Amino acid sequence: MNAHASWLQDRAARACAVAAQYSDQVDSDARFPHEAIRALKESKLLAILIPRDLGGEGAGLSDAAEICAMLGQNCASAAMVFAMHQIKTSSLVTHGVENDWHRTFLRRIADEQLLLASATTEGGGIGGNMRNSICAIERNQDRFTLQKDASVISYATEADAILVTGRRDPEAPASDQVMAVVLKDQYVLEKTGGWNTLGMRGTCSEGFILKCSAPATQILPKPFAEIAAQSMLATAHILWSSLWYGIAASAAQRAQGFVRAEARKKPGSTPVGATRLTEATSLLSLMKSSILAAITRFEHAKLANDELNSIGFAIDMNNLKISASQLLNDIVRESMMICGIMGYRNDSPYSLGRQMRDAMSAPLMINNDRISGNTASLLLAHRLDPRLAS
Amino acid sequence: MNAKIRTLLAQTGRLAVDVNSLSDDQDLYGAGLTSFATVQVMLAIEDAFDIEFPERMLNRRTFASIASIEACVAEIAGPREAAA
Repeated sequence: MNAHASWLQDRAARACAVAAQYSDQVDSDARFPHEAIRALKESKLLAILIPRDLGGEGAGLSDAAEICAMLGQNCASAAMVFAMHQIKTSSLVTHGVENDWHRTFLRRIADEQLLLASATTEGGGIGGNMRNSICAIERNQDRFTLQKDASVISYATEADAILVTGRRDPEAPASDQVMAVVLKDQYVLEKTGGWNTLGMRGTCSEGFILKCSAPATQILPKPFAEIAAQSMLATAHILWSSLWYGIAASAAQRAQGFVRAEARKKPGSTPVGATRLTEATSLLSLMKSSILAAITRFEHAKLANDELNSIGFAIDMNNLKISASQLLNDIVRESMMICGIMGYRNDSPYSLGRQMRDAMSAPLMINNDRISGNTASLLLAHRLDPRLAS
Repeated sequence: MNAKIRTLLAQTGRLAVDVNSLSDDQDLYGAGLTSFATVQVMLAIEDAFDIEFPERMLNRRTFASIASIEACVAEIAGPREAAA
């Protein structure tokens, strides 16, 4: 590990300690993880992906992934907020650096540690299909207005800016979308729905009508379809998988602690759960290697634009999301079997209730069945690559 | 070849506009072509021209316009289809 990565992790460890301290409260009250996000801001971790010449640290996706995994071990909601913010930041870094307004804004994110939220989901039957919009940008000279019935905007009221998608103009087809940055003083939010869920209770992914008006220079010049394909899809699936890995690792660690305690109690005999622990750790290393392989694949693809736009790349990134979300649930379930009633209890040191509830969001958050449907269609075109190491 | 591609696009591309209103260089994604429809267009073209798109052409750029599709088909099919 290089010195910068180690320094990042030291700073992240401090935020993780804060996240751990409040994680039960965040979960039980379904409230935003204020303390953890404040600690991340104080440790200047919100701008790590922004290039150095714009005030950031020029860190790689693997650095952000490591921090997601660290946070995921302590407070999955805080980890998810951090991940969503970094996904938005990476879209701006990848597609916004040629535009003066966005460059200035990236510098502000770094200087002021601004928190970004996302309004890509829409009501009216669009749902999680973020590649279609009903709402449209309406331009009036050098400004635009947009009103969106956003069925979900996570931590909307806590964010400093929102990246919102809509059709390019009122005549554009549903799939011809753009994305714009709107600042807190450029939008109003009317709440339409709450967030009382099994898990991931601190992301506060409530529904809102978002009404905004801003200068047209804040619209990203690239079509949203390209932003989604070239940065959002991969970054989202990699960072989500990374924080899910954190949840899985913390569950497996609890299971291991339980087995070791059992072994100490009855010296000379192998505890009941020990064999199952080998299965859990084998799944955990499978999860880890598939995430690391995806990060490497993404870093290579970024060097060749055609690769980033290829069907094979999209399939790999979709498969990562599906397999990581399933592995997470398998690992937490195995861990629960190992800890038995002590894992099932909410008041034991081996409790896995929160991990299990948080994990259950993973296959649903952009439903795996929807992603499988998309991948199935892509596989009609894709030629499988049978090579192993080249 | 151009006319054949336009017919296939009209049949499988689910475009928001009449394919004949589009110029050869016009952005098909701007005309409503989705990634799902792109796969259907690709399959129709493979069938009609009896070709297979190599992996390197399976990207967004290939299907960005009628002209780019035509160039790719011509490259794969070679001279035998150029007159079609």
